[in-house]
Amino acid sequence: MIEVRRLVKRFGLKTVLRGVDFHVEQGEFVALLGPNGAGKTTFLRILASLARPTLGEVRINGYLLPQQAAAVRQRLGVVSHLPLLYGDLTAEENLRFYGRLYGLDGLDGRVSELLARVGLAERRRDLVRTFSRGMQQRLAIGRALIHQPDVLLLDEPHTGLDQDACEMLDTILRDVAAQGQTVVMTSHDLARAEDLATRFDVLSRGVIVASAAAQALPPEGLLSFYRQALRAPAQKGAA
Amino acid sequence: MKPFLRTMGAIVWKDLAAEWRSREMISGMLVFALLVVFIFNFALELSPATRSSVTAGVLWVTFAFAGTLGLNRSMAAEKDRGCLDGLLLAPVDRTALYFGKMLSNLVFMLAVAVIVMPVYSVLYTVNLMQPGLWAVVALGSLGYVSVGTLLASMAVQARTRDILLPILLFPVLIPLLVAAVKASSGFLQAIPMEEIWPWLNLMIVYDVVFISTAFMVFEAVVEE
Repeated sequence: MIEVRRLVKRFGLKTVLRGVDFHVEQGEFVALLGPNGAGKTTFLRILASLARPTLGEVRINGYLLPQQAAAVRQRLGVVSHLPLLYGDLTAEENLRFYGRLYGLDGLDGRVSELLARVGLAERRRDLVRTFSRGMQQRLAIGRALIHQPDVLLLDEPHTGLDQDACEMLDTILRDVAAQGQTVVMTSHDLARAEDLATRFDVLSRGVIVASAAAQALPPEGLLSFYRQALRAPAQKGAA
Repeated sequence: MKPFLRTMGAIVWKDLAAEWRSREMISGMLVFALLVVFIFNFALELSPATRSSVTAGVLWVTFAFAGTLGLNRSMAAEKDRGCLDGLLLAPVDRTALYFGKMLSNLVFMLAVAVIVMPVYSVLYTVNLMQPGLWAVVALGSLGYVSVGTLLASMAVQARTRDILLPILLFPVLIPLLVAAVKASSGFLQAIPMEEIWPWLNLMIVYDVVFISTAFMVFEAVVEE
């Protein structure tokens, strides 16, 4: 479960997040939408314990950030548009390396299972720098899942992927969600977000301006909801 | 203690395995170091009387410049593909990450020294094969990578990291380099050990101070 209250993040004089309230239940798949510069990546970096909040309270599974960051990190997987993988190591070595950082034992079975799950079992001994962008992103998901996290954070995971790679990624994400893991994904791809998520939050100018469950979307779909949310950010943000 | 050592071991293994495959860092450092050795050899045309006093300076200038290439490359490899975030996302002691990176950098630095020193010995016709001199190289390299790894972690966050690292590093290295040159020169000229000890002591104190400082501040340096 993720609980964020009145989160403010400032970089010098620039305020990026202006009092974000955000709540995610266990097992929800939340798509965090918003225009460029809205603060989505900053928000996700704070949830991932990679950045500190200026003000406000962030709790993940009851653990407070940044005070209990180590406990949060043990339960968190992160996928960003960068793969966070070493090009000069093989797929297997990358997973094994991250597994060791998470203090996992008996890595052989876990690594094989994950490589099969992301469809890279046959490329396990190939260097990651020889992989396509799509394959790297699939392996990045394997890396994020190595320690079986309760919460998965995805920062624009479809960026730079072709159609086939996007579909393969979506299949893996549906599989992750089906296993009851909480997922928060930022995206500019509304069609994919609508297809995957169970709830949609719109972040604009540092505040959540709208939030709706998949069942509560207007008949016109997510695009209509998104445009409507961006039209009146101040009023909804204040509310 | 076990998770700390396991994290350190994982980082060192990862760095060595990646370098074994690419050989980018070692080859860059090595070619640069050998070029400096050759250029100084032709530029200085040293007489036998001055050779042993000047050679130590050449040796440490070479190590210092070649070392910055390695440090920059070592941290850039973490930053460019987002791997530094990958390390920071793991529930591990940040100082274990520092010591892992520092140990890898020390291995690379010493590997370059092992190859460059015999070439020095031939070109400058000095006996570099002395245990005391190797101890100075080990102490100097340890001090160099302890402060270098810390400052490279800071510099890598900046767009101008290639320029920033030497600007930050060399002023801080001055006491270590002075002591290393004096101690190396002492061994090459076979001066009495009691005159060399103060310089060795300075290097030991420098190493302890900067390893302790890095231990205390590394977390603050790498986290936003």
